[in-house]
Amino acid sequence: MAGPALRAEGLSLRLGVHRAVDGVSLDVQAGQWTAIVGPNGAGKSTLLSLLAGLRKPDAGQVWLQGRAMAALPPRERAAALAWLSQQGEAEGDIAARDVVRLGRLPRHGLFGAPTTADEAAVDRALAETEATPFATRRLNELSGGERQRVLLARALAVEAPVLLLDEPTTHLDAPHQRALLRSLAGRARDGVAVLAVLHDLTLALAADRVLVMARGRLQADGPPADPALRQALMQVFEHAFSIEAVSTVGGPRWVAVPLR
Amino acid sequence: MLGPLGLAAGLLILASLLAVLGLAAGSEGWSLAWAQEWDLVSAIRAPRTLGALLTGALLGLAGAIAQGLFRNPLADPYLLGSAAGAGLGVVLVLAAGGLLGQHIGLATTDLLLRVGLVGGAFIGAVVGVALTLMLARGTGRPLVLLLAGVVVGILLSSVSELVTLISPEALRGKQIFLLGTTSFLGWTSAAVLAGALALVLPLALRFARALDALVLGEASASSLGLDLHKVRLLLVVLMALATGTAVAQAGLVAFVGLVSPHIVRRLVVVTHAPLLLLSSLAGAVLLLAADVAARSVIVPQELPVGVLTAVLGGMYLLVLLRRRGNW
Repeated sequence: MAGPALRAEGLSLRLGVHRAVDGVSLDVQAGQWTAIVGPNGAGKSTLLSLLAGLRKPDAGQVWLQGRAMAALPPRERAAALAWLSQQGEAEGDIAARDVVRLGRLPRHGLFGAPTTADEAAVDRALAETEATPFATRRLNELSGGERQRVLLARALAVEAPVLLLDEPTTHLDAPHQRALLRSLAGRARDGVAVLAVLHDLTLALAADRVLVMARGRLQADGPPADPALRQALMQVFEHAFSIEAVSTVGGPRWVAVPLR
Repeated sequence: MLGPLGLAAGLLILASLLAVLGLAAGSEGWSLAWAQEWDLVSAIRAPRTLGALLTGALLGLAGAIAQGLFRNPLADPYLLGSAAGAGLGVVLVLAAGGLLGQHIGLATTDLLLRVGLVGGAFIGAVVGVALTLMLARGTGRPLVLLLAGVVVGILLSSVSELVTLISPEALRGKQIFLLGTTSFLGWTSAAVLAGALALVLPLALRFARALDALVLGEASASSLGLDLHKVRLLLVVLMALATGTAVAQAGLVAFVGLVSPHIVRRLVVVTHAPLLLLSSLAGAVLLLAADVAARSVIVPQELPVGVLTAVLGGMYLLVLLRRRGNW
């Protein structure tokens, strides 16, 4: 496809007197798996919600697949871009499977009925996050990790060409964190533009590209193999850890080692 | 486990049984000799029974909408100022009657006065909700909306108090209204209630998926392409219509709107479309059960039905808290 899947130019947003996001420009290509990292309060979640079109920036603009976000009808935007929120806001007694089905809402609309294709997408998403075994249970009766896998499946079920995830590994145990990263990388190989805010730096360093954010600005942008990127990463976290290369069966990996 | 269809069937059977009891319960005890007292049954018991079912259904529906809309299992359809507004409407009509030298009781059978009272309550309920919406500047911030509802409720209730202070003849009518009663429900009431249910229920069902999406939270629901401002406004209007109509005919019947969706959610795992339907059915059953009991516990007297729903609803909530170990 011509042009980036998602493009932002000069995005800024103030929250009160605080510049939460300050002049961020970036392109995300289809098929690229990108992680956003940075200290607490760096503006990562705010940036993600601006990119998702859920907030209006004070300045700047976002283009989704070459079209201005502000002019996109909400349902078209929702079918082209799936967003997973950070906060555990989801609360209710509806079954996990019905939660995942909501991911198909942009496809069939508020008044349309889910088709067999929609149901198949729901099945795939549930299987991908290993949430099928508790699909009939109430959302409120699930553990934190189970709930997160259901909410992830909801975002995956949209099968949107752009996937924005805010802290998708929250509450997940280590094997499910790894499984999630594999499925995100898989989605990217299938041509999806994946952008995820991650706190775990080792997980983030498994991405194709890492965006380092601090004080509302992008401080660095590049693949984990880039020494300048790793330097910037250590710097924004005030050298609280070092980044080491570890050789694994699948090739070299980068690992964040705490220093103090 | 009980499925939604099983629950619906159970509630329908209960409603039918209760309807038979409703037709049989009179001021002189139970009687199934309907042919002999046909006039009594057709003119009083039948519309009252039907009216209780429909009022309960509207309250159960409004409660399910309120709890979904505010993402709070303890939300009540009276929250947005409709209850206090309807109360003020009734008090104003009663007081105006007093000023004109006419003593109006709630039991008046004069059609014009009845229309005045019901109209006053309905307009009051709608104005209460409209004031709440204006104060909260729309439905954009649900918490602000709830707080605005509380403020409007307190404000309109104090105005009611003031009016009854100036015009004490309105006091008794107001008390009966605040307690809630099914004893004035006639065929006209039943027709109005049925009309409101026929309008609100299908529309609410059409937007049930938006209530499902709200389970995810406001921002996630928006990310699914929903225009939350429009959807929320529509649902608030539907809730106000259902509540306003019910309250105008039967006064402030307590707890039916709060408890009906609860009972359904405890028994079955469903999305909002079946929840809205089942909660209406549960509300109908609850209110008719309370009505039959109110008519038969202290024959030949009767209790205001709202007293019974309050006692039953309060007990249910206490049991719920105990089960959850919070009390």
